Amino acid sequence: MSDAGMDRRAFVGDLVAACLAAGGPVLLGVVRMAEAQGTDPGAYDASEHYYGIGIDVAKCIGCARCVAACKIENDVPLEPTYFNTWIERYVLRTNGDVEVESPNGGLDGFPPIRREGEVLRTFFVPKLCNHCANPPCVQVCPVGATFITRDGVVLVDDSYCIGCRYCIQACPYGARYMHPEKHVADKCTFCYHRLVKGLVPACVEVCPTNARVFGEVEKRVTPLARFLRFNDIQVLKPNLNTQPKAYYANLDGEVR
Amino acid sequence: MPQQVPRLIAVFVIAIGTLVLARRFLVPETFGEFGHYRGAAVDSIAARPVKFAGRQACAPCHGSIDAQRLAGHHRDLACEICHGPAASHASAPLSGKPEIRRERALCLLCHAFDPSRPTGFPQVDSVTHNTRIPCMTCHAPHAPEPPVTPRECSACHGGIDRQKAVSHHATLRCTTCHDAPESHRQNPRAVLPTKPTDRAFCGGCHSGMPPGGLIPQVDLERHGQPYLCWQCHYPHFPEAGI
Repeated sequence: MSDAGMDRRAFVGDLVAACLAAGGPVLLGVVRMAEAQGTDPGAYDASEHYYGIGIDVAKCIGCARCVAACKIENDVPLEPTYFNTWIERYVLRTNGDVEVESPNGGLDGFPPIRREGEVLRTFFVPKLCNHCANPPCVQVCPVGATFITRDGVVLVDDSYCIGCRYCIQACPYGARYMHPEKHVADKCTFCYHRLVKGLVPACVEVCPTNARVFGEVEKRVTPLARFLRFNDIQVLKPNLNTQPKAYYANLDGEVR
Repeated sequence: MPQQVPRLIAVFVIAIGTLVLARRFLVPETFGEFGHYRGAAVDSIAARPVKFAGRQACAPCHGSIDAQRLAGHHRDLACEICHGPAASHASAPLSGKPEIRRERALCLLCHAFDPSRPTGFPQVDSVTHNTRIPCMTCHAPHAPEPPVTPRECSACHGGIDRQKAVSHHATLRCTTCHDAPESHRQNPRAVLPTKPTDRAFCGGCHSGMPPGGLIPQVDLERHGQPYLCWQCHYPHFPEAGI
């Protein structure tokens, strides 16, 4: 009887060993498959990106397709005071006067240049959030509702913003506004919802003259790297040490 | 130990405990995941819907038009500049087709003359450049080319040419109605170009087609008999006679 019991114990032990030997590789395979599914090669990894935008002032024709597309893509209110991006027209007179206009952000076109005084130069300048590496708007936010992401985009958490408007005051580029329906600060997101899907921002998508170039700041194989290499680059208000990531080419010294 | 020290310790413990407990309930779960902000906010912003599908979305179905565009001057233009946001159409092609805008105003957004535009960008004076005609009559929007204009005639007949240019007949060449022999250029008065002689010539375009098109149609048998067309309508500016 006891012999039989020993046999049974040995049998069960052998059985477990055999099951492990046979099932182990299968189990491992299942685990590896699950791991492979978890690390989807197309998944977005924010730590691999650092975005910037290049703007060639000499190519902008002031058609404001970017403004129209941005308003559609980001549900920006159509009233003429809310813009994520807008077009300014600069008119430089020979007597040194500078006129800057942006009627409805350029959406309805620009009125004829006033006749009085001789025009030295005139051109269009697209403006948007500069997505500063050292953003004043993020510094002043009392609750941490606006922040700079790992991929270098300055965003607003609209469910956490308390609407105190400090950031709107702090932005030296006038890129922020109070959203009239959400009652929170809003701004350009570089179309973050498009970036994570591998698309470029809507304004870059629709620019007919390639005046806007989007890409990575720190990688070499990206349209922005070529833009930065081949152009004389300036940023807006460099004296403020905001370290903007909106890089302007062919920018006139009068542009602020 | 003085009596007040344990009381103070108790007060501090309660205060710190309250703070820790309050933080636990008030600070959002993902706050501080990547920095001084709510980590989940990045995901919620990334989940916003896309409206513009991007230019690579159109070519798989509209390949021939896309090839045409890529070979022409509009090669850098995304389809959605003119046709509007089309992400919904790209995901469900049969529901909601993108708009096709044929009016002049769309082209003039970019091509109307504006002194602030960069030098060399193709622009027209929208007041005098074929005002009454949609741009696509002469310029194919997917492969635009400047139309060839017969400059030979306007060298001498500039007045007529400028008048015709702002009329409904702007797209007609001079040679559509006038047969000008080569020798007319050497001896303009000795060898004259031909002119239309009968009503049937104008009727070639203005009768016999279904009404409602771009070209106005008349019944040649009943309209304006017994006169010739150009006794009422000036052919180089045909609106003038109406």
